Amino acid sequence: MAVVADRQIIHETEIRPRHYLNVNHSFWSWFFTTDHKRIAMLYLGTITVFFLMGGVFALLFRLELMTPEGDLFQADTYNRFFTLHGVLMIFFFLVPSIPATLGNFLLPIMVGCRDLAFPKVNLASYWIFVFAGMFGVGMLASGGVDTGWTFYAPLSTHYSNTSVFMAAMAAFFAGFASILTGVNFIVTVHKMRAPGLTWFRLPLFVWAQYATGIIMMLGTPVIAITLFLVALERVWGVGIFDPAHGGDPVLFQHMFWFYSHPAVYIMILPGFGVISEVIACFSRNKIFGYHFIAFSSLAIAVLGFFVWGHHMFIAGQSVYTGVVFSLITMLVAVPSAIKVFNWTATFYGGNVTLESPMLYAIGFMGLFTVGGLTGLFLAAMGMDVPLHDTYFVVAHFHYVMVGGMVMAFMAGLHFWWPKMTGRMYPEFIAKFNAVIVFLGFNATFFPQFILGWLGMPRRYHAYPEEWQVLNVMSTAGATILGFGFTLAIAYFIWSLFYGERAGNNPWGAKGLEWTIESPPTTHNFHHIPTVTEDPYNYTGREEVNVQQ
Amino acid sequence: MSSNSVPEIGPSTPYFAGHFEDVDQKIESDILGMWLFLAQEIMFFGGLFTAYSVYRHAYPDIFQLGADQLNYLMGAGNTMFLLISSLTMAMTVYYTQHGQFRKQLLCFLATMIFGSLFLVVKYFEYKEKWDHGLVPGLNWDPHTVDFAAANLTSPPENLKLYFILYFTMTGLHALHMVIGIGIGIAIFINMLLWKKYGPNRYMAVEMFGFYWHFVDIVWVFLFPLIYLI
Repeated sequence: MAVVADRQIIHETEIRPRHYLNVNHSFWSWFFTTDHKRIAMLYLGTITVFFLMGGVFALLFRLELMTPEGDLFQADTYNRFFTLHGVLMIFFFLVPSIPATLGNFLLPIMVGCRDLAFPKVNLASYWIFVFAGMFGVGMLASGGVDTGWTFYAPLSTHYSNTSVFMAAMAAFFAGFASILTGVNFIVTVHKMRAPGLTWFRLPLFVWAQYATGIIMMLGTPVIAITLFLVALERVWGVGIFDPAHGGDPVLFQHMFWFYSHPAVYIMILPGFGVISEVIACFSRNKIFGYHFIAFSSLAIAVLGFFVWGHHMFIAGQSVYTGVVFSLITMLVAVPSAIKVFNWTATFYGGNVTLESPMLYAIGFMGLFTVGGLTGLFLAAMGMDVPLHDTYFVVAHFHYVMVGGMVMAFMAGLHFWWPKMTGRMYPEFIAKFNAVIVFLGFNATFFPQFILGWLGMPRRYHAYPEEWQVLNVMSTAGATILGFGFTLAIAYFIWSLFYGERAGNNPWGAKGLEWTIESPPTTHNFHHIPTVTEDPYNYTGREEVNVQQ
Repeated sequence: MSSNSVPEIGPSTPYFAGHFEDVDQKIESDILGMWLFLAQEIMFFGGLFTAYSVYRHAYPDIFQLGADQLNYLMGAGNTMFLLISSLTMAMTVYYTQHGQFRKQLLCFLATMIFGSLFLVVKYFEYKEKWDHGLVPGLNWDPHTVDFAAANLTSPPENLKLYFILYFTMTGLHALHMVIGIGIGIAIFINMLLWKKYGPNRYMAVEMFGFYWHFVDIVWVFLFPLIYLI
């Protein structure tokens, strides 16, 4: 079309020397931008702040758990610390982490278009997130909240004296930010693909974001209305979950987990997408079982909606309901395993090199597998009875959330950092740091499996003396982990100013995002590309011979 | 096919944002995006409908008693207003696409008026509940309810549960109406002053129509559930 051609000429003559970061430096051009890349960077900054806040609370309560006596903090304070850790990490870091940053940045580029389908909605999503964050800060300022991130009624509705209202509103609004992101992703993948980019030529990262978008769109409204009812009951004492007025607290648990279990897949699916990209690139090999990995993401998204009852095996749910939920939960392990096997098979016949993103990705595969397999222990109804609410559960979901999602986030951040900023970070320190994070993580959470197996319940600030050694190990590991993340943030910021120029494709990777400048121009592509080849068109071992 | 009253929009006028390749892509994206937005709305209201079903099943007599306290004539009138407004909304979209500017304007005005009538009636309904002390948490003193005659097997204070569901469900629906009328006024000003929407540019009107019909359909489910059965 004539219009498009005109615009392209403008790009080539005027905008080419500038990229999205330096095109304009004003406050307005950053905070009210509709450029998906700038919004991704805004999100990245914001969630890093929340990540650090959540991390500080984790370190504080790990400090308390150094000694068996509850000597450093009162029980009430301890309750607030673990609740704030959970609320901040889940609603303000893990849920938006990969979709809102890497997804926002890369999805339009990977499908070969100039922006998400609804750029203004994307900006609205960021500001709703900031608005929710203000409730989050208000929650902190008004003394925190002590119900656990699960807000179980009637503790949250009647007995807690802390700012549950603020916390519920914070999660309520953060939810809308994630709904808008999800809708935007789905429409973009359906309608904005470049010519020739068929569904099965999409990178697996896009498939993962698409599946995540479905869960965000269909799951999040349910937690919104549930937390709205909690807030309503909190303010006016109306009794919708209060047995004294005929309400049913178990209904709260059903409605809460109807979102919050699929939310686990919101948190992990984007990570799967990152790992697929990184493994293929650093194995220099076509990804093994492309269709299986793509469809297993959708299978997880669908099955994930039918497993919420496994959180309620001992909450008065009937045994027969439990059996069904247990069975479907175990079915989710199948698509997850398909992914892990396919990634492993991708190594075979490849030319594997261990750059820092790859180290994180390999770490992910080991840790996620442990996290996934221990999930099967908890999905078995009999095993769940003794293990429920012990540190075994805590270790399990941290292996999935931190060992899985945060490792994947680190892998993705290291992989695409040169594309996002145009700068390289110090590779040797990054590799060293990947090892530090891996070791620190295992030192923190592996002892918790043993503690849980021995019967240590979660959410207590004191414990019998014989568990001290394992708890000290865990706290020491948390300190190492904290050091690792701080170091990563430090060298990323350093690289912004002093890092080597990265060039367009520092890893020799395939994919549309590596065909454009680093950092990209505001409109991503000078000409909308026409895609003619399959994704991951690496040549495996042959490439070695070519290089030699 | 456009009439004279609609300003001609030539191919050089960028009335779709620059990140789209052509107008078809924009239209398809808008339609899909709106359907997905409505899907999340269904899940949002779905949580409340679930709570309603669970508690109705647990306390059928209380829900019967609660429904008896409502003014079903007002509810029926409101249903009629909304159905008419949906018809005029559909006509607005038709006339916009066919460039009949006066009819478009009149039908859209009618839509807004019937939507506002709904809210006026809603106000009188809520006020009646307030006077009868049927607002849980704020003004709860159900002196007009004849508990003895109702022959309840569930505890009478469970009536609160019915009314909190009534107020949350109809209240959220009314909030959607208020938002709809707010956006509608903005569209109406654009229509009236700048004749902004015509055969070449009708997505804003059509998308507003999607939303309006959705809010209407929610009421079509709410009315029988809350007032009639």
